[in-house]
Amino acid sequence: MSDILVSEQSAPGTGGSGRPSGRLLEVDDLRVEFRTRDGVAKVINGVTYHVDAGETLAVLGESGSGKSVTAQTIMGILDTPPGFVTGGQVRFHGKDMLRMSNEERRRIRGEGIAMIFQDALSALNPVFTVGFQIAEQFRVRRGMGRAEAKKRAIEMLDQVKIPNAKGRFNNYPHQFSGGMRQRAMIAMSLALDPEVLIADEPTTALDVTVQAQIMDLLAELQRERQMGMILITHDLGVVADVADRIAVMYAGRIVEEADVYDLYAKPAHPYTLGLIDSIPRLDEKGQQLRTIKGLPPNLMNIPPGCPFNPRCPMAQPVCREKLPPLLQVGTGRASACHFAEELVNRV
Amino acid sequence: MGRYLLRRLLQLVPVFIGTTFLIYALVWAVPGDPFAGKCGERRCPDQYIAFMTEKYHLDQNVFVQYANYMKNLLQGDFGTTFSQREISDIILTSYPNTLKLALVALTIEAVIGLGAGVLTGLRRNGFLDNLVLVSTLFLIALPVFVVGFVLQWLLGVQWGIIKPTVSSEMRLSELIVPGFVLGSASVAYIARVARTSIAENRRADYVRTAIAKGLPMRRVVGVHLLRNSLIPVVTLLGTDLGALMGGAIVTEGIFGINGIGRQVFRAIVTKESATVVGIVVVLVLVYLVMNLLVDLLYAALDPRIRYE
Repeated sequence: MSDILVSEQSAPGTGGSGRPSGRLLEVDDLRVEFRTRDGVAKVINGVTYHVDAGETLAVLGESGSGKSVTAQTIMGILDTPPGFVTGGQVRFHGKDMLRMSNEERRRIRGEGIAMIFQDALSALNPVFTVGFQIAEQFRVRRGMGRAEAKKRAIEMLDQVKIPNAKGRFNNYPHQFSGGMRQRAMIAMSLALDPEVLIADEPTTALDVTVQAQIMDLLAELQRERQMGMILITHDLGVVADVADRIAVMYAGRIVEEADVYDLYAKPAHPYTLGLIDSIPRLDEKGQQLRTIKGLPPNLMNIPPGCPFNPRCPMAQPVCREKLPPLLQVGTGRASACHFAEELVNRV
Repeated sequence: MGRYLLRRLLQLVPVFIGTTFLIYALVWAVPGDPFAGKCGERRCPDQYIAFMTEKYHLDQNVFVQYANYMKNLLQGDFGTTFSQREISDIILTSYPNTLKLALVALTIEAVIGLGAGVLTGLRRNGFLDNLVLVSTLFLIALPVFVVGFVLQWLLGVQWGIIKPTVSSEMRLSELIVPGFVLGSASVAYIARVARTSIAENRRADYVRTAIAKGLPMRRVVGVHLLRNSLIPVVTLLGTDLGALMGGAIVTEGIFGINGIGRQVFRAIVTKESATVVGIVVVLVLVYLVMNLLVDLLYAALDPRIRYE
């Protein structure tokens, strides 16, 4: 439990399950598995992270690393079946959401924690106008009348810098461009002024030029509103500008957590090192792109020891036997590697 | 929208001409002397034959006959039976009865079918789901006349809950059981289509978004999910009205309703070809209008196809 993660703010042995710690949102030793006909996939295997007001935590990882499933579990939108939470807590203001009634959880959604999805085209309802879908929040959750809800919705569209917000109110999602749709999605998620915003790959489906605009907008809104933001991404480039801290996930575990600067400067886990090395570089133009060899593990049959060991260039016999816990390395960072110290201390 | 409507209306013209011509040609091409047995045991008088041949252009080829028929039809003249009864008269007395019955059947289909479909689509593989699947399979497998006779005998004769036949006033309360009988197979199809549609859309991203917005479950289902899932159901319901009216013959027979099914049957037996064509032509119109309505409703339900 608590001994798995020792990060900057929590000294060893504190922050155990159930004890209020004054944190805004904490995920504590979360475990989720998918029970399918072919077997049980252990998708989340003890994830612990937290986010406070005004900070941005980036959760980084390949597809299938469990970063989105963690977010879905926080939001309570995990598809059950096949997904089942088998352990751990998700605490919002110190209260475990996984033990709340459906009604209590529903009230937190949108107002306490809101979420932006990757593909706004499919995430917005195709048969209702964008305006309706934003105004709906004000009408259903705030009990506003039609006219006032519409006014507030137009304000929201304005805030996310949609030109001619008033005229766009009655447009359908398919009449928006990709970037505009994602802006509308952001407007919708921020309508009820949430304390935490989870952005699940908010720019993956967009053109590169638009990606930067959306990230800037998100960062700006996060700063203005002092929200806690969880930014889920597999794009290291996106993370560097926006995030305060980064948690790297692999096979349903956090393998490294650190400040942005530390992580880029000195990765304390070979997987993080591999990710950073695989960013294409201009000075190596013409050479073969570097990749992490091998494939992510089959979650129905995670290898014993460190789950990264079959792909790890540094793997030793110990890696095949013992699962490295997430331990503090130096100050303010943690790594789940038997050789974290060596990695950080190398020149 | 206006142009879409206009285009759709124009499309109806060739379809209407094509279908009515086929019906006309088929009905008049039925072998046999149209005057056989018309005048009792005797052969019909020559003047009568000459008069009718003249009136229906029986000596001309089928194209001319059809053209003449359509010319009269467009002026509202459906012609007369061999006994000089106005066919429009028959249509006017029998159509409202069948329409009433079909609308009751359609309402029952929509309410029961959609209700069962939504409930089972949300909870697949539960007890209710299996119950509905089995009972709908049962309804689909049973021919209408079996359902009809069984219900008439059970509810009307054994238990006395309903009158076994429908009175000429066609009261709504009398039509519920015949309506259910007529719509029984379709109820099953509607329930299954609605179930599939709901179950498919249940996992859609926008449903997940609606939940993530913190909307109450009844709103997520009743507004976001239902609106998207209705599209195939509406299509099925709309096109079914024509099928219900055309297929009402058995139900009408069982419950003694004076509808078009009965009239068509009688007209076919007595070789009253003009009556058959007249009734079927109106039925074709009902089909075409309902199809158009469905397409318009479809565009209203799904804004993405509005201007296509």
